[in-house]
Amino acid sequence: MPAGAAAPSVDADNVAALHGVDFSIDGKVIFRQLDIAIRRGEVTAIMGPSGTGKTTLLRLITGQLRADAGRVVVEGRDVAGLSRRELYAMRRRMGMLFQNGALLTDLDVFENVAFPLREHARLPERLLRNIVLSKLQAVGLRGAAQLRVQQLSGGMARRVALARAIVMDPQLLLYDEPFAGLDPISMGVVLRLIRSLNDALGISSVVVTHDVREISQIADSSYILSGGQVVASGTPAELREHPSPVVHQFMDGLADGPVSFHYPAPDYPAQLLDRSEGA
Amino acid sequence: MIGLLGELTDSLRRFLERLGAITRFFGQVLWQSPAVLLRFRLVVEQVYNTGALSLVIIMTCGLFVGMVLGLQGHDLLQRFGSEEALGTGAALSLLKELGPVVTALLFAGRAGTALASELGLMRATDQLSAMEVMAVDPMRRVVVPRFLGGVIAMPLLTAIFIAVALFGVQLVGVQLLGVDQGSFWSQMRGAVELADVNEGLIKGVTFGIACSLIAVFEGYNAEPTAEGVGRATTRTVVISAVVTLVLDYILTALML
Repeated sequence: MPAGAAAPSVDADNVAALHGVDFSIDGKVIFRQLDIAIRRGEVTAIMGPSGTGKTTLLRLITGQLRADAGRVVVEGRDVAGLSRRELYAMRRRMGMLFQNGALLTDLDVFENVAFPLREHARLPERLLRNIVLSKLQAVGLRGAAQLRVQQLSGGMARRVALARAIVMDPQLLLYDEPFAGLDPISMGVVLRLIRSLNDALGISSVVVTHDVREISQIADSSYILSGGQVVASGTPAELREHPSPVVHQFMDGLADGPVSFHYPAPDYPAQLLDRSEGA
Repeated sequence: MIGLLGELTDSLRRFLERLGAITRFFGQVLWQSPAVLLRFRLVVEQVYNTGALSLVIIMTCGLFVGMVLGLQGHDLLQRFGSEEALGTGAALSLLKELGPVVTALLFAGRAGTALASELGLMRATDQLSAMEVMAVDPMRRVVVPRFLGGVIAMPLLTAIFIAVALFGVQLVGVQLLGVDQGSFWSQMRGAVELADVNEGLIKGVTFGIACSLIAVFEGYNAEPTAEGVGRATTRTVVISAVVTLVLDYILTALML
């Protein structure tokens, strides 16, 4: 593990943890000996430049992807060892907010939020309605219950997806780039919701993002990934003081540094003068 | 020469891989079908989406196919002085061939493409992933109801196509060209047997299974991009058309 990265504790305080995880797709290494701990009751931020596998990390936690090596432990159980039935039972205690909301486009807002309840619980219609309305009220969209998904703005769709993610009262809430493409008002609303839901429901949250400033306001702890590994971890304040140039570049949003702005390419002038290439 | 052989081998390998994948997929669909039938509301919704929403195109095409059949049939039979056999000839060709085949081709173009693009877009917009994370099996909740809806809708659409087409034949043959109405219907009733109706029914069900399976398979396995969804939709129409015609020959040979 690189210097500065804290080893995850394996005690009962962790709702989820990755231990020495290796993962590759089509021969491309995404993670190498990755260690991360998600502490119970906290908002944990996973940050890093684009393409570092942050979304992949969430898919490993939900069991949609399997690690090549190492262990992914959720609620004390190794995800790789779970049967399909056990995996689905585990997922019922999780909620996930997808980057684009991933709302079901053939259902209206109310039915989208009601969807997990209709699939998993046989509730009287009146009780179901009250639960759905209470979740929509929590995200400020009770009045939008009858709207079609196509009528929602990006920020509203994200909030409806959040209501759906919490409708089964999960223990662990995963957010995939919750601020991407949002205007400042919607971003502020979602930001406050993440913190308030975490505290009010007594759950644990994992927020995958590269919006450093925003997430620093609400995260209890953060991990920065780069090159398939954790390069730094700690509170937002600790990360700002971190000596690593990668962390410094990322936290301050510098264009060039250890993480190159340019994708690997041949010499620019030489390529411009090369007549054999292109028309 | 060696390059050509290599390409042929690669194509054959890809074809066999795809055939294996769709066979396995079909097995999964069949395995989950009984459980999905218990939630019949989901299937009924899909019968509406694939069947009821295809009615207009099926009936319009049926009417014109019937009218053309009336014109051509009358012209042909007139040469032998047996215009009264128009009803029999039209009914047999519609029941045994034209009805199931044309309905299947129209079904692939209307309902098949809708199914494939809908599933492909659900894949591309993470809706299927979201279901998995919500502990809902997309095969059981999305794929199988659509497959069963198509399988149920196809024979019904075939029957409607044949009925409307026969009306078209009658419209042209009897009303326009003056074939005797009594002979038209009585000869048809006398010549058409239950076996002929069964042949159409068997073909309708078989084509329904094939076209629905191809549509849900292509859509579910579409590459999650705009281009991938487009490719899946095109493949659905092309493969469905070819498979329908190949199956038609096999079934006809078996049932003659």
